[in-house]
Amino acid sequence: MLLLECPYCGKRAESEFHCGGEAHIARPETPAELDDQAWAEYLYYRTNPKGLHAERWQHRHGCGRWFNALRDTVSDKVVETYKMGEPRPDASNANIPDPAKVRSA
Amino acid sequence: MSQPFRIQSGGHIDRSKPISVSFNGKTLNGYRGDTVASMLLASGSHLAGRSFKYHRPRGILSHGSDEPNALLSVDWRPEKGKGRRDPNNRASVVEARNGLKTETQNHWPSLERDVGALNDILSPVFVAGFYYKTFMWPRSAWEKVYEPVIRRAAGLGEAPEVADPDRYANRHAYADILVVGAGPAGLSAALAASEDGSSRVLLADEGFLFGGALLNDATSTIDGKPAKAWVDEMVATLDARENVVLLPRTTVFGYYNHNHVAMVERVADHRDDALEGLARERLWQVRAGKVIIAAGSHERPLVFENNDRPGIMLAESARAFINRYAVKPGNRMVVATSGASAYRTALDAKAAGIAVTIVDIRLGEDCGTELAEAREAGIEVLTGHTVVKALGKARVTGLIVAPLGKTGGVGTRRTLECDTVAMSGGWTPSVHLFSQSRGKLVFDADIDAFLPGQSVQNEVSAGACHGIYDLSAIIADGAKAGGGSREVTASATFTGFQPVRVLPTDEDPKKVKAFVDFQNDVTAKDIKLAVREGFESIEHVKRYTTTGMATDQGKTSNMNALGLVAGLLDRPLPAIGTTTFRPPYTPVTFGALVGPSREERFEPVRKTAIDGWAEAQGAEFEPVGQWRRAHYFPRSGEDMHAAVNRECKAVRTSVGIFDASTLGKIEVVGPDAAEFMNRMYTNAWTKLKVGGCRYGLMLGENGFVMDDGVVARLAEDRFHVTTTTGGAARVFQHMEDYLQTEWPDLDVFITSITEQYAVIALQGPNAKKVLEPFVSDIDMSEDAFPHMSVREGFICGVPTRLFRVSFTGEAGFEVNVPADYAAAVWKALYEEGRKYDITPYGTETMHVLRCEMGFIIVGQETDGTATPDDVGLSGLVSKVKPDFVGKRSLSRPDILRKDRKQLVGVLAKDPKEVLDEGAMVVDDPTAPVPMPIAGHVTSSYHSSNCGRSIAMAMVKGGRDRIGETVWVTTPKGFTEAVIATSVFYQHEKESIDA
Repeated sequence: MLLLECPYCGKRAESEFHCGGEAHIARPETPAELDDQAWAEYLYYRTNPKGLHAERWQHRHGCGRWFNALRDTVSDKVVETYKMGEPRPDASNANIPDPAKVRSA
Repeated sequence: MSQPFRIQSGGHIDRSKPISVSFNGKTLNGYRGDTVASMLLASGSHLAGRSFKYHRPRGILSHGSDEPNALLSVDWRPEKGKGRRDPNNRASVVEARNGLKTETQNHWPSLERDVGALNDILSPVFVAGFYYKTFMWPRSAWEKVYEPVIRRAAGLGEAPEVADPDRYANRHAYADILVVGAGPAGLSAALAASEDGSSRVLLADEGFLFGGALLNDATSTIDGKPAKAWVDEMVATLDARENVVLLPRTTVFGYYNHNHVAMVERVADHRDDALEGLARERLWQVRAGKVIIAAGSHERPLVFENNDRPGIMLAESARAFINRYAVKPGNRMVVATSGASAYRTALDAKAAGIAVTIVDIRLGEDCGTELAEAREAGIEVLTGHTVVKALGKARVTGLIVAPLGKTGGVGTRRTLECDTVAMSGGWTPSVHLFSQSRGKLVFDADIDAFLPGQSVQNEVSAGACHGIYDLSAIIADGAKAGGGSREVTASATFTGFQPVRVLPTDEDPKKVKAFVDFQNDVTAKDIKLAVREGFESIEHVKRYTTTGMATDQGKTSNMNALGLVAGLLDRPLPAIGTTTFRPPYTPVTFGALVGPSREERFEPVRKTAIDGWAEAQGAEFEPVGQWRRAHYFPRSGEDMHAAVNRECKAVRTSVGIFDASTLGKIEVVGPDAAEFMNRMYTNAWTKLKVGGCRYGLMLGENGFVMDDGVVARLAEDRFHVTTTTGGAARVFQHMEDYLQTEWPDLDVFITSITEQYAVIALQGPNAKKVLEPFVSDIDMSEDAFPHMSVREGFICGVPTRLFRVSFTGEAGFEVNVPADYAAAVWKALYEEGRKYDITPYGTETMHVLRCEMGFIIVGQETDGTATPDDVGLSGLVSKVKPDFVGKRSLSRPDILRKDRKQLVGVLAKDPKEVLDEGAMVVDDPTAPVPMPIAGHVTSSYHSSNCGRSIAMAMVKGGRDRIGETVWVTTPKGFTEAVIATSVFYQHEKESIDA
């Protein structure tokens, strides 16, 4: 079970949270102007990276606030959590193990 | 049974507390501090079970949780009746106490005489992968012959026959440092970690005594003290520290993300007193700042013919039985080894009066000081010898050994008579937990072992599981892991071994049964066969042969299997890799995992304020989500059909009363509330007047119907939104998500008021007459309070939000009152309603009535792929609003296709026939399979008001097919039906506004 740091409440167990998928996918301001492909990409296409992934989490059984987390999908290490609206942090010094070197369990 | 093999002094047993346990109906005697295994050995017997596949007699292999053979069914409290027996307990770790009732497994009619042993003779049939090879054809034989037979023979131990009556506890804890294992490394680590008093330290060990391997050690000294005295001193020091919690009998079985560690504590089974209410086991979930793994190591068996005969055990285990339990495993022992540590067993055995011979696969020049020490003690040592086979069946009677030639040939045989063999094929560090933590293993050829490499979480391994075997070094390593340092002077440990996978033999290897995995009965021959058949990946070999897949997780067998495969493929061992270690480290009871979450605490039942009244009225209930709802209210002699017919008639002819409290209710408040509603629902809300209601339709961003419900505008800036019962939480979170993440600029608050308001629906021509006498501060006249409006006032003096709405097609009201007053208001309305023969009705009648009117239920007519147009609700979709959630998706090409399924009515040709919900609708029942499917039935009932059966269906292009004949599947075939509009009931006059 992950240990996530809610930016408002502090560290809590994963069971208090709800994951909302990839972060920083803003809803288009005027969806009507998007062609079908662009709208489909907004709706369904996700990066699904091996490595650092910015994702939305909600402290559902706590304060109820949404925030973002930067998580390494290989090790599950959460490098940083940050408030909604804040830019994705630069995690170049995060000391994430090279995915190629960590055998997936 | 007496204890002829008990040593008269020494050991960590309490001779002042004699005990007895039942073993296959016989009595075993022993002392507190014994395990069932040590008591069995004290009686002079090793026979402790039959093997899984071949039903071979098996003895006790080990003294710890890696035991693969001696699996017992244990009834922990037979005096308390059934339900306290569980299977597959390892005799070597079952802490003995008066009253335990134990039985061996996997034999019939008895342990000594087992019909299943026939499998041993038929063993050429049961080769690796025999399931895949044998039970191929004929196909029909699978169901009738093979599967029933295999099911009977498969599995180990008998499942309990009644529900577990014991209580299991659950605890969450935080530790700055969790130390796993209380051997020399763990004790040393815990001491260092807790030194300055600032860190909270948990020390857990699966055994009932702390000390680990030092408990088996009668000769070593640490700083001049006997090993056990050092242990006692360490434990006393730790126990005195406020910041240390000692947890014996606690197995750390799972290492999960972010140092979330699961362990199970055996709380009650060892206690003489059966305290009422005391939990049997406790599941600990620990979040640790740092984990120190000091889990020790497992000894490897030697692989030679008949190496599974009772009396053959691991060398360190023989030493444990002699020194810790004061039991002689036998009178004549051969120590067969490929390494140094077993010499200590030989020396201790000799000191205990056992006749000992050592057979060492290593040449004399490859041995260390242990060789001279053994010979000095008068022990005959045969170096450079292999073990060809063991003699005896129910008990080993001798060992055939032979010298190994320089070129690998096997020389002249010699038989060593014995009743016990202590074998050692070297050591395997217990890297299970490290591997579970997703750390990467690295192979160390010097000690032929996989060791913890790169960490992924904040943990560190210390001691034998870290590949360190010398006692002084282990203690230093533990202290270092604990953040300190400790230098001790301890007796030198005999270390080092020569890896050997299968002992050389001059027998025909095709006829030799030399076991690699004892618990799953996998022999070296099986593994060779798998490799010969082309299995090269260790993960495939493992699954094909089942080696390492038993409940012992291959603790004793994995390295021999890996080494054997590497040798056969002529690849270096690290190139083969290891299989994945998964929790649990040892089997965990379901009781511990479930804990208190069972029966009524498994999933709490939500009850409305009216529930008690409904129960008193004899209502039948049905679960809806977590709610318990009245399904129907049968009168005496009525079945569901009769009750629902009566309830449906009553609502249309007089008045019915219905508990709608489970509806989701959300208050949307704020200056931007209307704008927010505009964006969340398909409808336009700006023009909805205060006091007005509107049926709202909510879509997901993908354009599919997500929820619906009546929305009332209580004020310019306040909406009372209702949702489906099942959708309440989902809709709330959906709104919250958009509000927080997409439109934080909107000044809106949303609040769930589902639990705060109960809803009493009064429906039918007489509804208003029942209601009126109780209402105050609301003008009930038609003009002032029309259909689809809301008023705030009082009912029975209680504040109410009174909705004039209908889900039945009849004139009706939904009375929202604070839940605490709901039962009183309900009773008052019901009493008044008696004048009109008021009829309480349940969810079934509600379903029928709305279906008669063609109203959809989200989740019944819709399945997450239905658009508003699909279900005939395109009129609710605003064409004016530039945007709302889901709007853009409604113009995607596939959403606009003409052949989408559309909501229609389907009437069976036979009006008495009620179609099956979920049944397929087809055009041509004679079409070849796979038959083209035109649609499916979504709702189907008998309607007493229509005098026939009615059904709704989603049918491709259905709205253009009204009047066409289709066929609907039935359990027996097809039945004819006609497509119709989905409104089935027509009022004689427009009654809803009357």
